[in-house]
Amino acid sequence: MSSEDTRRKHGLRVIGVLAVLIVIMFIISVNTGYIRLTPFELLDTLVGKGTDKQELILFQFRLPRIVISLLIGIALAVSGAVMQGVFRNDLADPGILGINAGAGLMVMLLISFYPTTSAAPVYLLPVVAFAGAACTAALIYSLAFKRHQGISPIRLLLTGVAVAAGMSAAMIVLTLRLDPDKYQFVATWLAGSIWGTSWKFVLSLLPWIVILLPYVIYKARVMNVLNLGEQTATGLGANVSREQFRLLAAAVGLAASSVAVSGGIGFVGLVGPHLARRLVGPKHQLMLPASALIGALLVITADTIGRRILQPSEIPTGIVVAVIGAPYFLYLLARTKS
Amino acid sequence: MNQQAVSGSGLDEKAKPLKLRSRPWAATLILIGGLIVLALGIAISVSFGAADIKLSVVWTAVFHFNPEITDHQIIRELRLPRVLGGVMVGASLAVAGAIMQGMTRNPLADSGLMGINSGAGFALAVCFAFFPGLPFMYLILYSFVGAGAGAGIVYGVGSLAKGGLTPARLVLAGAALSALLSALSEGIALYFRIGQDLAFWYAGGLAGTKWFQLQIMSPWVIAAILGAIVLSRSITMLSLGEDIAKGLGQRTGLVKLAGTLIVLILAGASVAVVGAVGFVGLIIPHLTRYLVGVDYRWIIPCSAVLGALLVVGGDLTARMINPPHETPVGAIIALIGVPFFLYLARKERREL
Repeated sequence: MSSEDTRRKHGLRVIGVLAVLIVIMFIISVNTGYIRLTPFELLDTLVGKGTDKQELILFQFRLPRIVISLLIGIALAVSGAVMQGVFRNDLADPGILGINAGAGLMVMLLISFYPTTSAAPVYLLPVVAFAGAACTAALIYSLAFKRHQGISPIRLLLTGVAVAAGMSAAMIVLTLRLDPDKYQFVATWLAGSIWGTSWKFVLSLLPWIVILLPYVIYKARVMNVLNLGEQTATGLGANVSREQFRLLAAAVGLAASSVAVSGGIGFVGLVGPHLARRLVGPKHQLMLPASALIGALLVITADTIGRRILQPSEIPTGIVVAVIGAPYFLYLLARTKS
Repeated sequence: MNQQAVSGSGLDEKAKPLKLRSRPWAATLILIGGLIVLALGIAISVSFGAADIKLSVVWTAVFHFNPEITDHQIIRELRLPRVLGGVMVGASLAVAGAIMQGMTRNPLADSGLMGINSGAGFALAVCFAFFPGLPFMYLILYSFVGAGAGAGIVYGVGSLAKGGLTPARLVLAGAALSALLSALSEGIALYFRIGQDLAFWYAGGLAGTKWFQLQIMSPWVIAAILGAIVLSRSITMLSLGEDIAKGLGQRTGLVKLAGTLIVLILAGASVAVVGAVGFVGLIIPHLTRYLVGVDYRWIIPCSAVLGALLVVGGDLTARMINPPHETPVGAIIALIGVPFFLYLARKERREL
């Protein structure tokens, strides 16, 4: 058996283990909350034999939330994996590149224009967030671009950090004009809590992932080629700038749609791909699905922990993810060469 | 290890042509003119607000205080401590930034980016949660400790890495640590329901500055700024490079230790009073170097004056934007600071 085959088998095994872990976490997460459901009650309820109360809790509150956290994890981690591949920079991440902040600013503007938080159009939020994220990405890209030198990854990161700082400052200025109700909403949103916990949010998130995820995985071979460096990739016949642009647009779309529902959850896009690369190697065919699963596992775990610590209120998922993700980021930073 | 940390910075090529450039006249002008403008700014800041008070009343309130008059009370108890707090914080952050940039030769060194502000902020969150009602004196002490821990982590991450603490790595480590610490603080705030108390600090506002805070803080700050001035000659040498400094007979280890202590005191005290105000320590030293040259004997006092001006001006702007509501001064200064940061990131010719 060739080494390619063993690696493939190993990768598939890792993906299988991750899937099992997600299922376990799913069961734990369903059971976590103010009202407990035992696994048997859960099974009964799932097949329609539970009490009304159990059905309400499961189908209207817990399941949509769990599905959303899985989808967000997938979207953010794949987005980060694509960005790291396109920029050939291990530290690229939608949050660090300021995309979360851009989406956040737009979402906040939208919310501040609507009379109440419940009146804000749910389906419009992801679109607006996408616009904000895309504009921010374009802004950062053009600010970091220098003639004759193109984009240097480091300049891109610095620009992203700075733009994110500016946008958060603008958001702070804006929050003061909001009434207390909206302020509360925005504050928890910014901390990265999964606020959209009903099926309509699943519906608003799903199309992006259903369309963009297969597209990105379809482009896995292109990303492998891009990883070899711009000149090699051009030599191999890839239209580098066109592919870069398309992939980046897909990454921005994935990040933006999840940011609209989850606020500022950072570090998933950074940690997911890193762990994936370590587990299954750098080939994008395996690395992208593995990233997606790790991202999903990370967010569902963080959400469950956040709900468990502070019953009956909760700690925003973004906080738990940052507490897990930031030390890992610092560790990576200490290990990478300049 | 330090040697390595320094060699990675982007300033090497810049330091050479600047080596001997110093403009004492410009510096003197800034000191005198800056102090005059600062005095004006203080006067405007004191007289401007929800209740506009004439400057003549301000004068009598300060020099012939009469507790029966409401305007005098407002000036004495609210406006004066606020503006003096601004002066102190601005001077502290700017001097801290100047020392850091000089010592590390890293153009992006700043207490906000080095994890110092977020470390101090986290220490405050812990104090609020676990030791409520702690006297301000101890709060200041703990925020020094937090500042030190934050700086230690960022510096440690940077120096563990191959290639040392490059500007880019510094910014990233600082951003990640800030994200971690603010997430932890937020978690603590939620758990202990002290969000309201903490929000005041994080937003970076001068509105609640009290006399007793200034009383406790000022000896530390004044001593630290004086120490910085005493140390300024050595910092100039360090800014030329560790080898040159050693060749000139500097005990670089000692200078760095003293400099770091001063930075921690200045940044820690500022955070304890005003919260996380970033970018002052980044912008002002660059501006000052551009104006007065490379001699830190001039840079440090001029930075103090200009930093005070920036924060007092920022606070004034923050009050005018959306009256009667307060806009956090930290946000205003960040909005000014970001374009400048972008400019710096672009300008560095070598790979940052």
